[in-house]
Amino acid sequence: MSPADPFKPMLMKIEQVTEEAPDVKTLRLLFADEREGRDFAFRTGQFGEYSVFGEGECTFCIASPPTRPGYIECTFRKAGRVTSALAGLEPGETIGFRGPYGNVFPIEDWQKKNLLFIAGGIALPPMRSVIWNVLDLRGRYKEITIVYGARTVADLVYKRELAEWAQRPDVKLVTTVDPGGETPDWKGEIGFVPAVLDKIAPASRDTIAVVCGPPVMIKFTFPVLARLGFAPENIFTTLENRMKCGVGKCGRCNVGRHFVCKDGPVFTLAQLQEMPQEY
Amino acid sequence: METDTRSIDREALAQLFLQWQSGGKRIVAPKRINGKTDFARVASLDEVSLDRVQTVQSPKSAVFPRVEELFSFLSRDGKVEIRERDLAALPGTVLFGLRPCDAAAFASLAAIFTWDSPDSLFSARLANTVVVGVSCPRADEYCFCTSVGGGPGAVTGSDILLTETGSGVFLAEIVSEKGRQAVHGADGLFGPAAGMDKEGHLAKVEAAFAKERIGPALASLFDDAAFWEEQSRRCLGCGACAYVCPTCACFDIQDEGGASGKRLRCWDSCGFGLFTLHTSGHNPRPLQSQRWRQRLMHKFAYMPERQRVLGCVGCGRCSRACPVDMNILEHVRAIAEAKP
Repeated sequence: MSPADPFKPMLMKIEQVTEEAPDVKTLRLLFADEREGRDFAFRTGQFGEYSVFGEGECTFCIASPPTRPGYIECTFRKAGRVTSALAGLEPGETIGFRGPYGNVFPIEDWQKKNLLFIAGGIALPPMRSVIWNVLDLRGRYKEITIVYGARTVADLVYKRELAEWAQRPDVKLVTTVDPGGETPDWKGEIGFVPAVLDKIAPASRDTIAVVCGPPVMIKFTFPVLARLGFAPENIFTTLENRMKCGVGKCGRCNVGRHFVCKDGPVFTLAQLQEMPQEY
Repeated sequence: METDTRSIDREALAQLFLQWQSGGKRIVAPKRINGKTDFARVASLDEVSLDRVQTVQSPKSAVFPRVEELFSFLSRDGKVEIRERDLAALPGTVLFGLRPCDAAAFASLAAIFTWDSPDSLFSARLANTVVVGVSCPRADEYCFCTSVGGGPGAVTGSDILLTETGSGVFLAEIVSEKGRQAVHGADGLFGPAAGMDKEGHLAKVEAAFAKERIGPALASLFDDAAFWEEQSRRCLGCGACAYVCPTCACFDIQDEGGASGKRLRCWDSCGFGLFTLHTSGHNPRPLQSQRWRQRLMHKFAYMPERQRVLGCVGCGRCSRACPVDMNILEHVRAIAEAKP
């Protein structure tokens, strides 16, 4: 991508389409231009603008980890014009991508610490990138705990990977569904994510917490983490404000003076506490 | 460069227009159209109308068109070809007759578009545009340039600034290298400026508030919901203020024309409820009072902090255009005078 031409996307070929949950799909994308693919570098937490030509662009995180180069993945729910068009595409078809944009999860700073990942619903994708990133560098981190909840069993995304994480002795995975969302053979927890977190009560000592989820889940998860002794600067989340440009110009993603696209999407709770509630 | 001050009379200016045109430049200037004065392409100096305080629209579309093609694309057999804009084909333009506030606005626009990363289309248009300002002999009750760092004869943003000194003679200040290039080879059209007075031909615009008060005042007022509710009670969220504003640059990106079509950058406004609306239905700024606060915070607090430039030049267009008579000068003065 020529830096002088910030809105021109790279062309990406859809290699694989995975159905994750009702209306939720993952696309694996290969760079149509090999040189662009070789030059492409990103870090976990960053996002991009994905486009269906003729329909427009939409913003998602890069859901694959940088430790697995050569392709990127995005996971999205079919909701609006562009995601509906994306959901209708087949392997072999071409879409646009520009990025990577935004800041990163500071995983180098998290070495030799315990990591606690807490996600709800369709917000697992931004966390999937960082989870695989640290699992691919497993020796650098201590205990890794993942708490993931969705409304129903069907709504849980990345089921194959959840099964893989559940099998791993070096990962503690807790899955939960909202009351009434369970199936007869459901073996996970039943309850909202904050309540389940409260129940399993992970230790806060030498631990970084990463929280991604719908606003209501985040709102009730922060106080639980505070009770468990997590300091605000050790709690990370990502903001998902509406964006168009991704490069600090179009004017809509700001939270006060902060551009979510430039200064975020990754923020600590300590930073959020200094920011207006415009997210 | 050091300002080169000369004089030019109306007849010679008409000649300069011809010289610009024969050099391949189009001239865009205030023109009477259907009872309104607005920027449009003119064929000669006779078509230029300088008798109004302001045009209805600002000249920002010269560098930031209302709808602009970013690139086009051609989809065929599952493959897509992107066709970039030919920046060399953008027209060379002399933007003539801008008031000093509008000329100053280009610095705000440049700050927004290039503060952190390049913007090839914007920069190519700006580089291709010679800004010839004309000082203000009159102001109206909506003007407040002197409160935001400008003035009726300020040269900032102009490549050449003209000040009419009576009887069809202009004082010409050639301010920039681009301005010097634009009059290259036209020395015979200019006379000396010795003894010419500029100040006596400028409008008087009293400063209405202290601009250094605005940032701190806004910071302390941010959470005062009642204050913003009161400020924005009349606001319809129509966006007229943003569309006439010379510095408003918030934009949308949209595709048009199907799978073989164009990607467009279009003007947008933080005053619209849809501006920040998430697909989920969640809206970080659901109230008009929050959107009005955003408009003022962006221009008077966030831009000075992030881009080191104010987002307002005091042209007063938003106040003139507002269908419910919100006067930004009164609103900003209320902010400046609010008790902390």
